[in-house]
Amino acid sequence: MTVTGRQAQPLGAAAGLTEDDLLAMYRLVALARAVDERMWVLNRAGRIPFVISGQGHEGAQVGIAWPLQKGHDWIAPFYRSIATCLTFGMSPRDIMTAQYATASDPSSGGRQMPGHYGSHEHNLVSVSSPVATQILHAVGIALAAKIRKTGQVAMAIMGEGSSNQGDVHEALNFAAIHKLPFIFVVENNGYAISVPAEKELSVKDVALRASGYGMPGVVVDGTDVIACYEAAKEAVERARAGGGPTLIEAKVTRLTAHSSDDQQTKYRSAEELAEQKGLDPLPKFREALVAAGVLTAEREAALTAELKQIVDDATDYAETQPDPDPATAMQWVYAESWPSEEPPAWSPHPSAGGPSGGGSGGH
Amino acid sequence: MPTRTFIEAIRDGLAEEMRRDEAVIVLGEDVGKKGGVFLATDGLWGEFGDDRVIDTPLTESMIVGASIGAAVNGLRPIAEIQFADFIHPAFNQLVSEAARMRYRSNNGYGVPMVVRAPYGGGVHGALYHSQSVEAFFTHVPGLKVVIPSTPFDAKGLLKTSIRDEDPVLFFEHKKMYRSVRGNVPEDDYTVPLGKAQVTHPGTRVTVVAYGLMAHYALEAADRVEEDGISVEVVDVRTLRPLDKATILESVRKTGKCLVVYEDNRFGGYGAEICAMVAEEAFDFLDGPVSRVAGPEVPGVPYNHALEDWFMVDPEKIAAGIRKLAAY
Repeated sequence: MTVTGRQAQPLGAAAGLTEDDLLAMYRLVALARAVDERMWVLNRAGRIPFVISGQGHEGAQVGIAWPLQKGHDWIAPFYRSIATCLTFGMSPRDIMTAQYATASDPSSGGRQMPGHYGSHEHNLVSVSSPVATQILHAVGIALAAKIRKTGQVAMAIMGEGSSNQGDVHEALNFAAIHKLPFIFVVENNGYAISVPAEKELSVKDVALRASGYGMPGVVVDGTDVIACYEAAKEAVERARAGGGPTLIEAKVTRLTAHSSDDQQTKYRSAEELAEQKGLDPLPKFREALVAAGVLTAEREAALTAELKQIVDDATDYAETQPDPDPATAMQWVYAESWPSEEPPAWSPHPSAGGPSGGGSGGH
Repeated sequence: MPTRTFIEAIRDGLAEEMRRDEAVIVLGEDVGKKGGVFLATDGLWGEFGDDRVIDTPLTESMIVGASIGAAVNGLRPIAEIQFADFIHPAFNQLVSEAARMRYRSNNGYGVPMVVRAPYGGGVHGALYHSQSVEAFFTHVPGLKVVIPSTPFDAKGLLKTSIRDEDPVLFFEHKKMYRSVRGNVPEDDYTVPLGKAQVTHPGTRVTVVAYGLMAHYALEAADRVEEDGISVEVVDVRTLRPLDKATILESVRKTGKCLVVYEDNRFGGYGAEICAMVAEEAFDFLDGPVSRVAGPEVPGVPYNHALEDWFMVDPEKIAAGIRKLAAY
């Protein structure tokens, strides 16, 4: 994104974004980063057992989710989708209670590992750990939207590593055959845990594969929030108008290790890690907004203070939320309580009910 | 009351539910114009059209995975897997996704979906058109597993499964499709999930079976009756949730329990019934809880002599009953 290249037009105006939009988008990118950074602090302090991070992906996530209609359209997210979930309506408290696996965690009530976000209230589909399965759920949601004529668009998001799974092929083929209102987003950070893209993909861009399904494939700079928005807006409009699915590949950088249990210096050089700092979407977006006069010093100071307060609140809230009661662990295997079958014999572990240290590692 | 074949009862159940509730759709391979390779969906495409009767590519994982999504967004999909043998590419979607969606979202999402699949041998289907796959799925909390044995139950249980809020695997023994007939009411009726049925009352040996084996158990009961052995047959009907009470009540009366299943013996579904009886009716038993099941080969062989060798049949069951009764 070059500010000077946009002539006399205000930043984002060509894309239909107002100054308020830009500030709200920047706030979400910065908020996701602040929540994410706090998660790592809490992990290193021994408060939460596991972190899987979205740092480096936030610009693409906010830009791409922005044109969707909250509470109407659908997203099947993945484990780095913190900014996506915040953009789609989840709160920092929602994200933080997932890290602590509290009873009040709206994603799963403390049943899933952190990073497995979902919210029925916000049309965010519950996600599992076997990667890429969620693409078929989003395709099925799009199928239902088409049959029921709801006007909804469904989006599935994953990394380029996951995009190699067979479910992706089956999903894209079906979505294209039926011109479903579906968008497939690949956040390509160049690594599937430790395996670099050249060992995962026979082509440079995942988006090239779209042509094999007869759908548009778009590559977008994932550090350019406005460009991501524009790509997604076009795809959303196409989907809603009955024009079928789109594949959007956002080139991003993974600023952290794969997870808190990974040591990326083992497979990424110091030089590479230093270089990628320049691909951080947060300072890039900030500089563009400052240069355009949108993010004033006054606004930035207020935002910084607000974000600190929000993250502190979310942390304090999650710290004090109770663990789920083991007496509830048999609930919601089925909609009814074990119909016609006696609940299987089960008794609490002797240590259940004692202090769990905020979720003791084994989740 | 009209007489219907097993597959006609299934077709009636599908059509009636699709008329009753427009959220019900059918998808699978060849389910449209052709009406399915066994014709279970014959006529549905003509009546309900492209939107509600969907011919899919050969993609079992997609058939189940997209059904999960469609269920999440307000539909009630009935997915047909052409043969149970081909369900394995969808294993991840069934076990990791459909079964766990409600639990992992703490009741945020449910998956009201039925997966129908023809299973079973005895039809010259060989290794890949004869499998019994129920044990893979009865192992998984969150899934319900139904195997009807009569046209009446097939229609009634199918309707209940379609109206259920959770994923149901509905396995239909393909040898029964046209060989089994029975009375089926034309009106709307349902058969509850989780209820076994005593299909032949008796006093000396309880035989527990499902699907085609429930019929063979009845034939075996008739054969040993000539030897003076009174057999009570329990048709399980719903494998999960399991109606323990009906089985235990019968075993506590007879004191002897023989479990019959077509799948190979080791780790089969019937092993769970044996364990349950051993644990919960021990004081009433006066013989070993026993099984008649398939041999330990990885599939049903094709040649008729080999297939006959593989298949559990009424005579093998009768032999098992005589052995147990003499104990």
